[in-house]
Formats: sequence, C-alpha cells, structure tokens
Amino acid sequence: MLKRSFGKTKYIPVPQEALPHRPPKPDQTVCPQCASGISAEELRENFKVCPFCRYHFPMTAHERLNWIADPGSFEEWDTELSSCNPLGFPGYDEKLAEAREKTGLKEAIITGAARVQGYQVVLGIMDSRFLMGSMGSVVGEKISRAVEKAIERTCPLITFAVAGGARMQEGMLSLMQMAKTSAALERFHKQGLLYISVMTHPTVGGVPASFAGLGDFIIAEPGALIGFTGPRVIEQTLGQRLPERFQRAEFQLEHGMLDLVVDRAELPAVIGQLLRLHLGGNHG
Amino acid sequence: MVKRQFDYEDKYKNIQNKIRELEELSGTLDFDLSSEIKVLEGKLKSIRDQKYQNLTPWEKVLLARHPERPTTIQYLDHICDEWIELHGDRYYGDDPAIVGGIGTFNGMPVTVIGHQRGKDTNENIKRNFGMPHPEGYRKVHRLLKQAEKFGRPVLTFIDTQGAYPGAGAEERGQPVAIAQDLMLLAGLNVPIISTVIGEGGSGGALALGVGDRLIMLSNSVFSVASAETCGSILAKDPNRAEEMAAALKLTADDLKSLNIVDEVVPEPIGGAHTDPLETITRVKEAIARNLYEVMENGGSFAEQRYQRLRSMGRYNIIA
Repeated sequence: MLKRSFGKTKYIPVPQEALPHRPPKPDQTVCPQCASGISAEELRENFKVCPFCRYHFPMTAHERLNWIADPGSFEEWDTELSSCNPLGFPGYDEKLAEAREKTGLKEAIITGAARVQGYQVVLGIMDSRFLMGSMGSVVGEKISRAVEKAIERTCPLITFAVAGGARMQEGMLSLMQMAKTSAALERFHKQGLLYISVMTHPTVGGVPASFAGLGDFIIAEPGALIGFTGPRVIEQTLGQRLPERFQRAEFQLEHGMLDLVVDRAELPAVIGQLLRLHLGGNHG
Repeated sequence: MVKRQFDYEDKYKNIQNKIRELEELSGTLDFDLSSEIKVLEGKLKSIRDQKYQNLTPWEKVLLARHPERPTTIQYLDHICDEWIELHGDRYYGDDPAIVGGIGTFNGMPVTVIGHQRGKDTNENIKRNFGMPHPEGYRKVHRLLKQAEKFGRPVLTFIDTQGAYPGAGAEERGQPVAIAQDLMLLAGLNVPIISTVIGEGGSGGALALGVGDRLIMLSNSVFSVASAETCGSILAKDPNRAEEMAAALKLTADDLKSLNIVDEVVPEPIGGAHTDPLETITRVKEAIARNLYEVMENGGSFAEQRYQRLRSMGRYNIIA
C-alpha cells in the first residue's frame, strides 16, 4: 500500500539463467541455481553442494556438525536452556512449539566442545529452520556461555551463523543479546584467543552486527547473503534498486568485510590451516 | 488506519482557545462566566493530565518521534558547561547523523556522543533523519577510544529510528561497524551513561547504548525493531503497528520492569517538546545522579558492566 502511494515500482530480482547441467529425474533434488537434478547420494557426498554449479544448499545444525566435527568428538552444552515468552507476545508460544516439533531442536543454536581437524575447539552452530535462526535470550545465553567456557579452557571458538536477525517476539531482551555476546567476546579477545566466524546463507541483522561480526577471521560460504539490513527492506523502504548479487558473500569480500569466501568442500581444510597457523589456538 | 501523528495537544489547544474566546466574549457582553470558565479550565486540565498519564504505547512512539522534541545538540548545549564538536572517522567521512565531542559536565571533562536528527525537512536531509552510516559508528569508535585514553566518562544520547538501511551503508560494512562499537563499549574502562531521549530503534541505537546505566525519558521508546517493521514481518501488515507497539514492550516503564532501564525521567505534561529546558534539566539531574553513583562504586567499570550485561535475557531451564 505504501509502495503504491509513493509510486514506486516493485523490483523483482531476475533469476540467473537456469540451464540444467543434467536434467532432473524424478526423486532427484532440483538445484535452484542451475536446475540440474541431484540424487540424494550425490547431495550427501557433496555436503549438500550442487556438484554442477556449486550452489550451497542450507545445512541443518546437525548436518553441519557431522560434517565439520571429528566423528564422536562433540559434547553438547546447555541443552536445558529453553525459550520462554517473557513479553507474553501473541503467538510466540505456538511458534516455539511448532519450531521444536518441526526441527527436533530446542533452540536455533547448538553449542559445545568438539575436535575439528584434530584440534580441540568450542563450536556454535545455528539452524535456520528454528524461527529463521533468530537470536533471542537463549541463543544469546548459549553463545555467551560457550565464549566463557572457551576462555576457561583457553580454547579457540568457531561459530557457523545463519540468522534472520534479532528475535522480535522477545523485544528488547533480544536486542540486548547483541550487547551480551559482544561483551563476552571482548573478554575472549583480551585473552588472546582465536575466533573463527563462518557466515552462511543468510546472515543478516543483529547477528553479524554482534558476535558473528567480531571474529578474528570472518569467512563466508559462496553466495551467502550477509548484511545488516536485508535487500528486500532496503528496496522497500528506500525504493533503491539493488544490483543482482548485492550483499552476497562475493560482494562483501570485494567490499572488505570478509577475509575469505570458501567453498564447503574446502572449508574444513581452511579452518584446519588457520588453527595450525595459530598453533591450535591455545594461546591463553 | 493507524494514527501517524500525535495530535492530542492540537485538540487540547483548540479547546483552550475556544475557552479563551468565551472569556473575552463574556467580558465584552457583560456576562460573568468566570466561575464556569474556571470549572471548564479545571476540567480540561484534569482530562489532559489524565491523558498524559495513560498514553498508549503507540501514542508514546508518536510522541517519541515528535519533530519538535529536543535533539542531542540541544541537550549538549544545556547539559555541558561548554563543549566542542569533533568530526570524522579518519577513514571515510563525517556522519552528520551522529554528533560527538568533548565537554564539561558539572566541571568534569566528558566525552559526549549522540544521534542527531533534524527538526524540519532541510535539517533532516542534512542529518539523514538521524540514521547513521558505518562512518558514524566508526566516529563513535574513535571518540570512545579517546575517552578511555584520557580517562573521561562517556555520556551518550540515543535518538534514532535505526542504522541507515541503504546500499552505501551496506557496502561500507554496517554490521561490523556496529558490532565493533558494542564490543568496545562493553570493555571500556571509564563510566558510560546512556540516555534515550526519543526513539531508540534496533542495533543502530544500541551501538550507543551499552553502558553502566540506561536512562529513558518517560515518553521515549526503545525497541528491537520498529512497530511498523514488526507488523510487516510478523503480522504481514504494517497497519498493525499499534498493537505491535503494545506487544513489543518498548516503553520506558515496560523496559524498567524488564530491568533493561535503570531510571525513567518523567517528562513535563504534554511531552518533552512542550518544555525543553525543564526536560533537559531533569535529564541532567538524572545523569549526574547515575554518573556519580557509578564513579563512587569504584572498582573496574568494565567488570561491573559485564555483570550487568551478562544478566540480560529471560529463559527457562528444563532438564
């Protein structure tokens, strides 16, 4: 309605010309980027990356955990933390129940100790299926506790972010998680510890503007949307037309926001290399 | 349709003018209506007082956005004995949506930083409606570092709808610029007192709001996202802003009961803009009280601030 009254034209991004490298068969997953058909086995073998065009499919927190952590090394923390509805926000209880039911997760992040490439680390992995991976009290608390435990253990920290922003249903309590997680990382960095922040598609709003933006190294997966304000909001509020790959990982690399954009197939080795170059990150 | 402007005061003034007309008229016509007029005026005043004590959250949002509300520079002019504005982030530019500098507060040097919006269209264009770019947040970063170097307490003033949602801001790293301010503020070893004087919107406001104490004016608001944004995203309808404003618990009193705000400073009846000097005086007193308390507590400011921030959040523990 607003749009109409200002006479702005809606900008619909034109998808890249989709040319299937291999026409899909029934039962196959169709790549949203190149329209090729990918079998379940191929998808698994390629860590949910299209073998034809390198499109990175979203990964659930546990898929990512199984991919990045050394087998059997993960010890999960703070599973007892559970979101409540502190403001009595209409519909929030139902949304939480639905997200728990759908994902089998208690919240939008799992945290714990693990080994990655043989090195002992603290891991935090977000899951976009749980209320868009938004940060509320529990996500903020789990991150802060993970950071504090990493300080105690003089251990490097690795997070995989995927986030639509702060969780609106918890109001200012969500916004304050930005301050809380940043405060925890301030202590962490003062101890000379190593933090590798990986941003996956999408990482927008309060998460890149707090803990995920505070890595010693910020790495993104190819094609990941990364920014403070999402492109749809920018276009709607300002009527600005944005270039097609605006805010994508490659764009952010070019604009100096990221250290690296790394294909999922290479990422474990790159993380291993960074840990090695920091002598395992145990500088404390 | 959602009300977009707080027009109560105009209605009130209209009635008041009518009463005055009646008074004049009765004088020229030799009717003595003075006692009736007194009753009428008394009644009007009590209705108005009632109204301002029972504003809805959405009415407070509208009042917080009132164009005539005093802005950061007005506060600095009255709160500081003297102050000098400093410019630039040393990398890219000077963001007019954030003002900062050094002043004296009751004789003590302090670093002052605040969002700066305009009061009319021209000023707002110059100030980008008080919505900062990354260079604004990097200017904040520089001034905070400087405050710590010289051991000056920091006073911040929050008055923004949010960080600027534009292409240039994103190209220059808006999220990281905000994150770095949050982290620096958390560990800064000087006292920091923040005051919300108008609208506090999202991370762009919080980047100036991580301190030892958070003060809010009684009609100011502070929210994770604007009520309109929440309406569009959660209810798929920006016209539900009014109910979203209530659900978000964004008023000063709500945030006090959530332990996010330390002190609520009452505005004059009618709102801050109806008596700017009185408002600013009250804010100055509140800042002084809180600043001196924090300074007297002694110890590590960063440590106490950490404990304060660490306690933020509500959750259940389910085995």
